[in-house]
Amino acid sequence: MSGNPYQPFPVKITKIVSESDVEFTMTVDASLDMVPGQFFQISLPKIGEAPISISNYGKNWLQFTIRAVGRLTGAIQNLRVGENLFIRGPYGHGFPVEKLANSDLIIVAGGSGVAPVRPLISQIVAGTLPVKSLKLITGFKSKESILFTEDIQAWEQKCDMTLTIDKPQEGWTGDTGLVTEHIRRLKLDLPDNYQVIVVGPPVMMKFATAEFRLLGIPVENIWVSFERLMSCGLGKCGHCKIDSTYICVDGPVMNLSHAATLID
Amino acid sequence: MSAYDYSRKEFAAVFAELQKTYQIYGPKRFAGRGRFSDTDLIRYAPLASLDELELAEKSSLSPKSLVFPADETIFHFNDHEFSQPQLKENGEIIVLLRPCDINGIARLDKMFLENGDQADPYYQRRRQRLHFFMIECRESFENCFCVSMKSNTTDNYEVALRFAGDRVAAQVKDHRYAGLFGQKGRAGSFSPEFVSGNDKQVELPTVETMPAEMFNHKMWEEYDSRCIACGRCNTSCVTCSCFSTVDLFYADSRQCGERRRVWDGCHLDGFSDMAGGHSFRKNKGERMRFKTFHKIYDFRKRFGFDMCVGCGRCDDVCPEYISFSSCINKLSRTLKGGSDK
Repeated sequence: MSGNPYQPFPVKITKIVSESDVEFTMTVDASLDMVPGQFFQISLPKIGEAPISISNYGKNWLQFTIRAVGRLTGAIQNLRVGENLFIRGPYGHGFPVEKLANSDLIIVAGGSGVAPVRPLISQIVAGTLPVKSLKLITGFKSKESILFTEDIQAWEQKCDMTLTIDKPQEGWTGDTGLVTEHIRRLKLDLPDNYQVIVVGPPVMMKFATAEFRLLGIPVENIWVSFERLMSCGLGKCGHCKIDSTYICVDGPVMNLSHAATLID
Repeated sequence: MSAYDYSRKEFAAVFAELQKTYQIYGPKRFAGRGRFSDTDLIRYAPLASLDELELAEKSSLSPKSLVFPADETIFHFNDHEFSQPQLKENGEIIVLLRPCDINGIARLDKMFLENGDQADPYYQRRRQRLHFFMIECRESFENCFCVSMKSNTTDNYEVALRFAGDRVAAQVKDHRYAGLFGQKGRAGSFSPEFVSGNDKQVELPTVETMPAEMFNHKMWEEYDSRCIACGRCNTSCVTCSCFSTVDLFYADSRQCGERRRVWDGCHLDGFSDMAGGHSFRKNKGERMRFKTFHKIYDFRKRFGFDMCVGCGRCDDVCPEYISFSSCINKLSRTLKGGSDK
């Protein structure tokens, strides 16, 4: 059985950065072609396997930002630099990079939803994916749960960025409130010209995309990314099916015109 | 194409001759192994002789385990290496099955061989060993609604067989069997007939897009209390193809273990649970809606025909007496603005 799509391959962990109490970013050695928004099936033999989005990548490396909230992710957290992580992929449709290039782009991401858009933002601020303008709104529950602090500082220098936490907190002088409130305040002269990406928890995506519709952004210009349980990533296991859509092969990034019709 | 007639004894000799080259699977009765005391279990198994072929009753499990076992090791691993398990036996298999199940496996083919543009190698290596010998099915069993599902007929077989008392008739479509079948029988004119009517009939929804209000319609609430999430409808279904993967390691050699895939089902708890607490379809009624739409609505949107083949096994095995055919009819009535009662 050559080329078995279920068999993962080992990749060496080269760096682990703690992002918050439960989240960490793991860099591994890997030279693979991929697109921002795609995901890998990550596994540890003896423990199990789960889909994790690419949180950044370069020519010879790849990052995953993982929330240690389950048995597998908890075990991955115990790995050290030099050990192997097992992966297969990349899978799925990523962000529509061709449509986004040279656009006026707005990216809204909440919590761990910042991870899948991070490679996209990195490419934009580095100039490898040129856009006309970038507005970025990132939201987190509290100041302790903010991810990618260093990246965010760099992004603030390069684009129109809002970093907000849900509620005011002692020692926090930045923006507060849900991302929806900040979307509402955007001043968009020609809403037809914008491309919009929204990634976060299901409830956040529902209300955030509704705000953009109210601002007059055409539904065809809005992109979302879904997260679902998956056992295969290949369109076989059935866990991620919603209506006739398989998130693993038809998504995870989808246009809102399609995504809005999906009822779990 | 040729046709032959046999006495049962003559055909038993053909059967025995085929067994020299092929393993033959068919519905087999296991006395006393049924769900209730003093009942039998009928499931697909290797047949030692023609006498073991069970024709009087429907098998409670479908032949899908021949291509998609309930539990299959996808690889073994140790610290550094993965290895693919070989199939224990790699010979070719003749499977005796009815038109609904042949059509059921054609639906599994769509999922495992085509969906996602990449063939599933574990399914494929089992599937390519199978040769379908169709058991002519002229009379419906209890709960069957294959005619409504248009899965009562098929031409996807190499040989068709009619078992009528002491007589057996065969239609041989694949010339590789012509010599063997011709040698032991007399030339005949058999051509299989198919069930043309079932006691149970369903009216399928004709909508191209399911109205959003049907997803949360109160018609599904009945199943909140009635369904107990046992998943028997999923396991008995010839077309249910969902699975989960699980890892295990060996007690005596903890660096070694295997990854398996095991049947999973949309009615079972945990089917959509994600680490961190997100979950979908917590209510049993929502799971019933999800399964129903998949079987008779959204599979068709993706593949051009319905998933359900109307074999009625889900109704046969449900411990809560949920009738899938009634559910389909109720949905169609509701869609047309009628009563959901």
